[in-house]
Amino acid sequence: MVAYFGINAMKFGVLNFPGSNCAEDCFHVLDKVVNQPTRYFWHQETNTTDLDAIVVPGGFSYGDYLRPGAIARFAPAMDALKEFVEKGKLVIGICNGFQILTEAGLLPGSLIKNKSVKFLCQDQTIRVENAKTPFTQKFHKHELLMTPIAHNEGNYYIDDEGLAELEAHHQIIFRYASQDGTVDDSTNPNGSVSNIAGICNKSFNVLGMMPHPERNAESLLGNAQGIKVFESMILSFTNSGN
Amino acid sequence: MKPLWKEAGLTQKEYDLLLQHLGREPNPTETALYGVMWSEHCGYKNTRPLFKNFPTTGPRILQGPGENAGIVDIDDDQVITFKVESHNHPSAIAPFQGAATGVGGIIRDILAMGAKPIGVLNSLHFATPKGKGHTKWLISEVIRGIGDYGNCIGIPTIGGEVRFAETYRGNPLVNAMCVGLMNKSEIQTASAEGPGNSLMIVGNLTGRDGIGGASFASKELDETNQEDRGAVQVGDPFMEKLLIDACLEVFAKDFVVGVQDMGAAGIISSTSETASKAGNGVEIDVSLVPTREAGMSPAEIMISESQERMLLIVKQGREDEVNAIFHKWDLHAVVIGNVTNDGFLRVKEGDVTVAEIPAASLTDAPIICRVGKVPDYLSKTQSFDESSVSLPDDMNATLQKLVSSPNIASRRWVYRQYDHMVQTNTVVRPGGNTGVLRIKGTQKAVTFSTDANGRYCYLNPKEGSKIVIAEAARNHIASGALPIAVTDGLNFGNPEKPEIFYQLEQSILGISEACRVLDTPIISGNASLYNETPDQGAIYPTPVIGMAGLIKNVEHITTKPFKRAGDVVFQVGDFSNEIGASEYLEVIHGKISGDVPKIELALEKRTQDFVLNAIQKSIINSATDIGDGGLAIALTECLYETKFGASIEIPESSYRLDALLFGEAQSRFLLSVAPDNMKTFQSYAEQSNIPISKLGIVNSSGNLRVRYQGESVIEQDVTTLESMNEATFPEMMR
Amino acid sequence: MIKASVTVMLKKAIFDPQGMAVKHGLDSIGFKNIDDVRVGRQIIIQIDSNDFGHAEEEVKEMCDKLLANPVVESWSHTLELMQ
Repeated sequence: MVAYFGINAMKFGVLNFPGSNCAEDCFHVLDKVVNQPTRYFWHQETNTTDLDAIVVPGGFSYGDYLRPGAIARFAPAMDALKEFVEKGKLVIGICNGFQILTEAGLLPGSLIKNKSVKFLCQDQTIRVENAKTPFTQKFHKHELLMTPIAHNEGNYYIDDEGLAELEAHHQIIFRYASQDGTVDDSTNPNGSVSNIAGICNKSFNVLGMMPHPERNAESLLGNAQGIKVFESMILSFTNSGN
Repeated sequence: MKPLWKEAGLTQKEYDLLLQHLGREPNPTETALYGVMWSEHCGYKNTRPLFKNFPTTGPRILQGPGENAGIVDIDDDQVITFKVESHNHPSAIAPFQGAATGVGGIIRDILAMGAKPIGVLNSLHFATPKGKGHTKWLISEVIRGIGDYGNCIGIPTIGGEVRFAETYRGNPLVNAMCVGLMNKSEIQTASAEGPGNSLMIVGNLTGRDGIGGASFASKELDETNQEDRGAVQVGDPFMEKLLIDACLEVFAKDFVVGVQDMGAAGIISSTSETASKAGNGVEIDVSLVPTREAGMSPAEIMISESQERMLLIVKQGREDEVNAIFHKWDLHAVVIGNVTNDGFLRVKEGDVTVAEIPAASLTDAPIICRVGKVPDYLSKTQSFDESSVSLPDDMNATLQKLVSSPNIASRRWVYRQYDHMVQTNTVVRPGGNTGVLRIKGTQKAVTFSTDANGRYCYLNPKEGSKIVIAEAARNHIASGALPIAVTDGLNFGNPEKPEIFYQLEQSILGISEACRVLDTPIISGNASLYNETPDQGAIYPTPVIGMAGLIKNVEHITTKPFKRAGDVVFQVGDFSNEIGASEYLEVIHGKISGDVPKIELALEKRTQDFVLNAIQKSIINSATDIGDGGLAIALTECLYETKFGASIEIPESSYRLDALLFGEAQSRFLLSVAPDNMKTFQSYAEQSNIPISKLGIVNSSGNLRVRYQGESVIEQDVTTLESMNEATFPEMMR
Repeated sequence: MIKASVTVMLKKAIFDPQGMAVKHGLDSIGFKNIDDVRVGRQIIIQIDSNDFGHAEEEVKEMCDKLLANPVVESWSHTLELMQ
């Protein structure tokens, strides 16, 4: 057995759909970088009892055919995931995972084609808008992270009413920004409403984000700022007395 | 009426040989099968005699050419496997699908070796777009096709190149390379061992896609081909992703004795190749092949190029277990026949035998020995008088023009459309000297690149080809890697023309010599001939070199950008007075002429060893090779994405100033060294008998200043140069 | 057999980047009188039934559940009898 982080390690599940091509990347970070017990959670599975958190990874579940996330949401694992969320456990959806969570109605809004109509893969500065969530408590408010994005449909859409509600409940977690922290149209890579890069549900136990924190979790790959997302989750688990 | 064998693309001589093999007249199905298998695309009949020149062995080489891809030992029981392949003709006609399926096909070659694909690269050659025309559409569709496939499948596109020359206007080049990683014990072979074992087809249904694609790829492009669109296959990256995941799971068990991907000429090619490799026969029942369309003839089923299919040779009795794993991934593995011991490829439709051919005869296309002739243009270009070229008045304007020229401009617009980070191994991303991938769980990294220089190879097929190899190796050295092996994609015109055959032959000789001296054996490759159009004739001879390097410790990874103000800038290698064949001569003076720069391979090797050793001594802060656009361009590239400037003084010489600034003298690197390490570096160079010149200092001015003979010759704001360098592609493709 | 032809479009209020790109493309090849372009997708479904009422209900359910995302998309459809 590997010596895990802390005494009461947090058990992660990485939801794996056919076509989820970032599942291994997330698994690697959880298992080898933050040293938590981790297993794949297969899309046909329904038993989540051993898990404390679930990562819905990026990729192209079901080829993104029809619409990103549209087919994935009917998998048996998604019903289990909904119950898991209702129990208050943590779920993070990254990129395609975010798209799946909106399709499944676990997060509001939707992700449509980038304004440029092109796939976009690059380092992107994002700004932490709410540092009081289980996913961001190791950051400080307005901290800037350089986190890779890689998507075709990352253009977050929500209507005005929905946006007002997100604002009112502080559910906007990350915004696209410039390297000096400015948030405006020129720092918006994909056309997202209000530069939104990541949001939480009202209970703050579900986070969806387009940037890939698992891609900047090791300094060899550029920077390790993304690791704090996972460390925040572990901290909140530890603090909750588990 | 044309006889059937002529329709199938066979010559009289080939048909006579076929009759000898069979001892009887072939039926139409058999004729069609020979037609595709003996096409240039499958049979390499023009190139095989030349391949004998290639060095293909070495202490690290576990598998040279002859399998789906070659294998190189990277220590610790790990191996890498890689190969480059062309998809030029399909991409000319349907650029999105052509490029996408080119990527898909090469990935399956790597998968068939038993390896997990860890990276893809490409080499793309186009004419520069004119206005809103066809070329712009072609470029954007090819790039979208590559991105769409690689992004969906989750394999990072870690490098590549886009180069422009008018010669590719009607015949673009789209070459794709894939790299895989595995343990030694996981290597699979493409061999149909064990009579009685089952042939299983997995993946997509078989349709009429790409019927005749293999022979179609061996024809010159003309107007009538535009109607051949049915011959272009359609890619399904999601299916391929499932195939990879499922195959790797199956390979981990002990069920499979042989694997072959189904590329050109589909079932016929994969079954006859695996059978003849094992010295066995195979029997296939086409009525068992799951088809997408009704009414397909046995010949159509056998030669269909439907994508995302693999052939597995499965141990007798293990078929159900294999199928169970595929079923988990929503796929089916279907038995379509079995291995026999009589050496025949027998095709049945139910109980009726529709073809019966000695399997080995299909994979042994008759070789055509040709004789080359020196092309006429060479005497003219080689006698070009460089002294007739006048020096530009303003080197600043010259630099700006070069920085924003299509072959030198930033490719960010391209590679940001490719996911180059998935799998979280990419340490150095596209835009660097090479793509660098760390290997998880080790201290190692591997480097990959693709390089070509059509203009060099056109102006001097042999020496130009040597330079392409040397330049590729320099990129790896500058990354801190030892170059270890090569894959070659040979893109040429019609070899039946003696001048083209000369280019092909000389190029292969040049590549062979350079690979021998630089110790980078050739482990796999591909030839794409007949790259011609009626209007423009043949393309430049364009060998594409895919190279791999090994970095034993990630600490040695070195990159282009200058790292610290105060560091000392050195050139390794000597200046020369050459401007022939250069990017500068074409862009600034509009001339594609002259001879390529002189390359001395022994010196090249010594220089490369010196630089790599210096990097491994941890005394080098940044490194790049000096290539297209010469020293001035190399300097700008070391300044981009930094806040630095540099103050450079070119050493006094008798050479022309443009040759000093923009000439492409070979065997050179541009390095930066911390002041504390300068003495060590200089004395090491002296010991190694390698010429170095101290050029200047990195500073924080944000300006590039170059002086010569006491006068300022270049004074440029780096931000301005960088934005010009970045603007070219977005503007050209808008 | 009934052929259902479903058209899914981004809702009017939502900016359609694909439509914009196509408009730009048309403009650049000389079609200057284009007011608006919107890109959607068409899904053809063959239903093994001759009962239009039932097919109608099924198609509606398919669209609501899977074929369209009600947050951003609207859909329309036609049904015809296949020979």
